[in-house]
Amino acid sequence: MSEIFFYITTAVYLVATLLYSAYLFARKDRLLTIAQVAISTGFAFHTATIASRWLASGRTPVTSFHDSLTFFSWITVALFLLLLIKYKPKVLGAFVSPFALLLLITASLLPKQIVPLSPVLESYWLPVHVILAFLGNAFFALAFFLGIMYIIQDRYLKSRKLKGMYFVLPSLETLDELNYKCLQYGFPLLTAAIITGAIWSEYAMGSYWEWKHRQVWSLITWFLYAALLHGRLTAGWRGRKAAILSAVAFLSLIGSFFIINILSGGAHGLLR
Amino acid sequence: MNLVIVGLNHKTSPIEIREKLSFPSATIGEPLSKLTSHYGLTEAVILSTCNRVEVLAITSDIEKGTWQIKKFLSDYHSIPLEKLDEHLYVHQAEDAVKHLFRVAAGLDSMVMGEPQILGQVKDSYGYAVQSNTAGIIVNKLYHKAFQVAKRVRTETKIGESAVSISFAAVELARKIFGNLTGKNCMLVGAGEMAELAARHLQSNGVREIMVANRTYEKAVELVKCFCGTAIMFREFPHYLKNVDIVIASTASPNFIIKPEQIHDVMKERRHKPMFFIDISVPRNIDPEINNIDNCYLYDVDDLQGVVVANLHERQKEAEQAETIIIDEIEKFYRWIKSLDVVPTIIALRQTCDAVRKAELAKALASFPNLTEKEQKVLDAMTSAIVNKILHHPVTHLKKESNKIEGDLYIDTIRKLFDLTIDDEAVKKAAQSNDD
Repeated sequence: MSEIFFYITTAVYLVATLLYSAYLFARKDRLLTIAQVAISTGFAFHTATIASRWLASGRTPVTSFHDSLTFFSWITVALFLLLLIKYKPKVLGAFVSPFALLLLITASLLPKQIVPLSPVLESYWLPVHVILAFLGNAFFALAFFLGIMYIIQDRYLKSRKLKGMYFVLPSLETLDELNYKCLQYGFPLLTAAIITGAIWSEYAMGSYWEWKHRQVWSLITWFLYAALLHGRLTAGWRGRKAAILSAVAFLSLIGSFFIINILSGGAHGLLR
Repeated sequence: MNLVIVGLNHKTSPIEIREKLSFPSATIGEPLSKLTSHYGLTEAVILSTCNRVEVLAITSDIEKGTWQIKKFLSDYHSIPLEKLDEHLYVHQAEDAVKHLFRVAAGLDSMVMGEPQILGQVKDSYGYAVQSNTAGIIVNKLYHKAFQVAKRVRTETKIGESAVSISFAAVELARKIFGNLTGKNCMLVGAGEMAELAARHLQSNGVREIMVANRTYEKAVELVKCFCGTAIMFREFPHYLKNVDIVIASTASPNFIIKPEQIHDVMKERRHKPMFFIDISVPRNIDPEINNIDNCYLYDVDDLQGVVVANLHERQKEAEQAETIIIDEIEKFYRWIKSLDVVPTIIALRQTCDAVRKAELAKALASFPNLTEKEQKVLDAMTSAIVNKILHHPVTHLKKESNKIEGDLYIDTIRKLFDLTIDDEAVKKAAQSNDD
């Protein structure tokens, strides 16, 4: 069942991505409306995928790389839809949609069987740690896209040749503010995820910190975002500079996420 | 309905011809009355702007009417028709309705989607009403045209993008700052264009406007109309750190705002974005400033480019607007063809039937012994009489209502039978035709 939902979700996200691309190209409001309906529909199927997977495994479905990617994609879309209600950054969908699609396509190439968790790792810290971590990552992903949008819009305005996406992208100030906001939410979540991870590690293996790849990379990412936030707060980093840094930080985050999962085969290599 | 438009515009004729054909609004009543009194047109409207001159008329014979308008234009302005004819376009019937809708919506304008034309069309209609050359059809047609223009404006973004330099500046400011509320603006030099841009910025929420001018008195004079602050010209660099938008328009031959200066200012204002608008020639702001992070500099040529880009973007909206117009023409036709005739026929039938029923009841009361069958025969007979009498009038009414005299017929029938058509019935008929 979950597999059917998974493929429907992927297909609907593909449609949404195409619609968003068409919107960026033709800039007709109707296309944007349909694209939003598409991504919301995709999200509904995505939720069903996660739910059925959860029921099948009996725990938060994040123990395999396949599940992790599906979950990350889901939480990013969820966050985007929430953001849409309050701040209406509609064009952001044009970035979130292909991102979610890409994660799902990657996930579809990976083994789908449910990985059993060794009893020693079985703990209520698992969902807490994982949800905090992915929620934080999702905020950073949105910050990344908002940063990219800022860089594009900045380039249009600097070049003084206005065309294409200039007409549909929000104002620089809006993009900068939203980017900042996402960082402000993402950072405490990442911090909390590292702490809960440490607690879980102590609980399962008797040690808070073991300098494993995963832990080192989280720390590096944490420092990057800490520096960025610090710079924004005290040195008045903003705009293009802040956008570039949030992009770099996110690439480091996503890079470490993939590298570690590929190296370890999922869940930070705790499973074997 | 025989509707015809004859006219010329910026696309079909050079300015030399257009200015010869124009009708000054102060004396437009005279040519309007001439059209209906001397040229055999039933209703007439003249639209005369700097980009177009058009005569819209209702006529009993479409070809003759067209020729009459051409003749009128030639006679009135004493230009031989042969010379004029090549510049004139003719739109008839449905095509004319479409043309009027497009003009009113700004789709036929030189600057696509510009809003002034709607006001001019409204005025032209107003003159026709004043001169008694607007009748039932013109009334309906123009009200529909205003409605269509409004729909185009609300459903497409055709009127949205800025197409003048000062509007373009405001739009750019919005793309940089989002909301302009609470932003500060400084005019360095008090030129007319700078003033215009500042006014637009202020009406978009800009809080404070400072004016620095070499002649301090002139700055003081200018700030009176903005409720702004006048500052000494040599002091203006000190205020830059609190200013988000700078508009330079001095006559200085050199750059008066330099990158070194702005580097410091940016540090002081913690790199909050600044928008520089340089509308002076030669330029007053060093173009290098555009390379500083979070600084955006546009000179007159750049703004002109923005205007062109905005216009280009508008073109896309036009397609959608054209669909709206086609949709509205269909509605209009269905509406105008039957709005009057349907409720009139219903009212006519109801009135006659009411008389019949009342008289039948009276007659039956004096013959209490009639059998049910006999009663039915009487009922059927009276019905038949009424229907047969009404048959020809109704058929003719339906047929004629599509023609120009249709309104006359409808009006006559209503008067002869003293039909009152309540608004409810009209609305109902209009709605059923609108959908």
